[in-house]
Amino acid sequence: MSRLILILVCLLFATSSLAANTYTSKGLKDVYFGEALYHAFQGDWFQSIARLDTELGQYRGLDEPALDTLYYHVDHAEFAVGDFELAYRMHNRAGRAITAVIEGNVEEPVRNEAIYRLARLYFQKNQPENALHALERIRGVIPANIRDDLEFLRGQIFMANGRFVEAGRIFKDLQSAKSLEGFASYNLGIALLKEGKEQEGRQYLDRTGQILSEIPATLAIKDKSNLVLGYKLLDEKSVENARLVLERVRLSGPFSNRALLGSGWADASQNRFDRALVPWSILAQREVTDPAVQEAMLAVPYAYGKLNVYGHAAVMYGKALEAFGKEIDKLGSSIKSVSEGKFLEALTREELKQDANWVVKLRNLPEAPETYYLLELMASHDFQESLKNYLDLDELQKKLATWERDLDAFEDIILKRRAYYQPLLPEIDRGFRQLDSQMRLRLEQRNRIEKRLHAMLVAPRPDYLATAEERIILEDIGRLEQSLAAKGAAVPDENKGRISRLRGVLLWNIRTEYDQRLTDAYRDLRDLNVVVDQLKKQYDAFVRTRQAATQSYEGYDDVIRRQRNLIASAQEKVKVLMARQGNMLETMAVNELTKRRERLEQFQITARFAIADSYDRASKAQTEKSATTQTEKSVGNQSEKGVRNQAAPSVEKQAEKSVDNKTEKSVGK
Amino acid sequence: MHKLLTVIVLGISALLLILPAYAQEAPKEQIKGLDEQVQEIKTDVLSIAAELNKLEEKLLYPSDTQIAIFVSVPQGEKFRLDAVDIALDGKSVAHHLYTFKELEALQKGGVQRIYVGNVRTGEHALQVTVLGKSEGGSDFQKGESFKVAKDIGPKLIGVVLAGNGTGNNTITLKDW
Repeated sequence: MSRLILILVCLLFATSSLAANTYTSKGLKDVYFGEALYHAFQGDWFQSIARLDTELGQYRGLDEPALDTLYYHVDHAEFAVGDFELAYRMHNRAGRAITAVIEGNVEEPVRNEAIYRLARLYFQKNQPENALHALERIRGVIPANIRDDLEFLRGQIFMANGRFVEAGRIFKDLQSAKSLEGFASYNLGIALLKEGKEQEGRQYLDRTGQILSEIPATLAIKDKSNLVLGYKLLDEKSVENARLVLERVRLSGPFSNRALLGSGWADASQNRFDRALVPWSILAQREVTDPAVQEAMLAVPYAYGKLNVYGHAAVMYGKALEAFGKEIDKLGSSIKSVSEGKFLEALTREELKQDANWVVKLRNLPEAPETYYLLELMASHDFQESLKNYLDLDELQKKLATWERDLDAFEDIILKRRAYYQPLLPEIDRGFRQLDSQMRLRLEQRNRIEKRLHAMLVAPRPDYLATAEERIILEDIGRLEQSLAAKGAAVPDENKGRISRLRGVLLWNIRTEYDQRLTDAYRDLRDLNVVVDQLKKQYDAFVRTRQAATQSYEGYDDVIRRQRNLIASAQEKVKVLMARQGNMLETMAVNELTKRRERLEQFQITARFAIADSYDRASKAQTEKSATTQTEKSVGNQSEKGVRNQAAPSVEKQAEKSVDNKTEKSVGK
Repeated sequence: MHKLLTVIVLGISALLLILPAYAQEAPKEQIKGLDEQVQEIKTDVLSIAAELNKLEEKLLYPSDTQIAIFVSVPQGEKFRLDAVDIALDGKSVAHHLYTFKELEALQKGGVQRIYVGNVRTGEHALQVTVLGKSEGGSDFQKGESFKVAKDIGPKLIGVVLAGNGTGNNTITLKDW
């Protein structure tokens, strides 16, 4: 069941990453959302969450979110952050993010998709009851892209809650869903078996085991189905069928070793040891750390013994014994190495993380015996999760150390900026204040002129537009008139007339040119406005730059101090957690390696007994053969003797031939 | 003796089927408790990251002078992008070599922030050079020059790299 759940979880992750691809299908409007996706598509969950969190935080603080570019993606972004958190194994936060969507003011399909994700989360966290309660809240329209996945999840949850009848009904309805090919029928088979409908259950497992597909996930579930059905049949002594089913498992897949082993046992249980040798011989040549391979190394000579080829059996038991001895030594070194902390060091090697297949590569690391058996350890879900947590903590520790250095650099920058700006700013400020007062004065003048010109449109005032020269002349005329009047003598008419004419000429010009002058004044004002605008821009730019100068070194001390404290506190926590998580991993590894060693030690004992037994039987057979030979010699039947001597090797040859045939057949498939 | 051997081997075979459960020995509660704590510290560190991002932006790239350049490719593009070089006002400011994972992330619709820096307000020369392999397999190098106007507030420039299968790739700008 645990393995079943593991496979189902793999499928769920596959659908989750598919969902991620649809985030941008309608065209990207928000660059920061795109940036978060860029990190997410590379599996850099930390960066993607950090970016998207910041963007969503800013969006939620907006007065008019509809004007923001994230508005077009906000539903996807809310989901995406939950998905990323889930991928980063922050299930609690992912749950909260999804719950926020459910409880928010969203449309029915969006809400239903959120409930589906929440249910999936509960299911992954082994809380099937909560998952079921969540699904019960689904009402109305369900988005087409999750319809099948939702039903599949519902089926899984029913299974996890022991409600196999309902689960079976759902899986039956999903048989035509292409995206779930293999998974729906496999689960239906399991549900029917659990329900007690043995025959029907087997039929569906059998059907899954015969699917024709090129999709890796479907091929994996096909193999899994054949393995489960094969071992079931083997348990029930239906060995012929078991063999046929197990032979359908691919020779290169993850289930191939156990299938080969089972296939051999199917033949062996019918005393067809020559045929059992075919799969076992293939298996015995594979990676020696695999438990099935180790068992095959004993099973092969066991079969030879059964075929009365005792000498060869003894030799192979000897080889197995030697191999087990080496593996026991390796396991001993591994246990020692793990206890010395080298296992954790090996796991955090930087070069490994460049390769997607890094767990497999661990086995080949030079001078790292602690990692030989890691693949088998990885079969445990708890170990996997603990390992991922440890690696995440290691990443966090590195990030925190980098940030600490960043803060040092920030402080350096601030110090340099302060040293540069502080002596300069007082002088700059003084100069600016002078310019500022001059500018204000001029702007006031300009405003007065503008106001006056506007008033003149309603009430014309030609005198306002007299030139400076005209004003001087008018003043001169005025002074002349006053001076003549002051002397008390009568002013000659001729002079009076000349003064009046002069004034008249001036006033004539001022009034007749008024319209043109007003137009010119407006044009000048417009020209002035251009200059004033430029001045204002320069002024604003200066004010901004001046503010920026101060802001470039003022107001950071508290923030940096707070961040330093937070980083220090987080570093302390990470250190403690890493130690605990590392200790847990080491304990799990040592326990596993110890058990594997004990198992191999048992194998060694078995092999030793078997060698002794094989030699006994070989010598007994030799004695019997010698006696027979003597008798035959005495009767002089030489030709029959030749046939008997070749009997044993012929079995070996037959076995080798079968191995070749089997290999060819598999390759041909 | 052979009977005994059969029993031992079959017994071990049965043991084999339950092997993956070997390592599940640490108490479940302990594993769960640690997992919860790891989740908490991740939350703490993420919030530190968010604060530091803000601090960094304010300190190093104030909005008045900030210019950020983002690279994207239309979804489903098949050409192989090897490197992008960005020069601003005649000075190379960013040069990026793409890994397979990065290229795949771009092709799926991700957007890469290739450069963030500071410039004065006004017009600036932007030169983008792209190196790669076209869908047909031929090497290509393409360069384009643009003028970008920096105003008050951050300037976010998108560089969109597209191919047409013949090696005649296009580089266009978009304002984000």
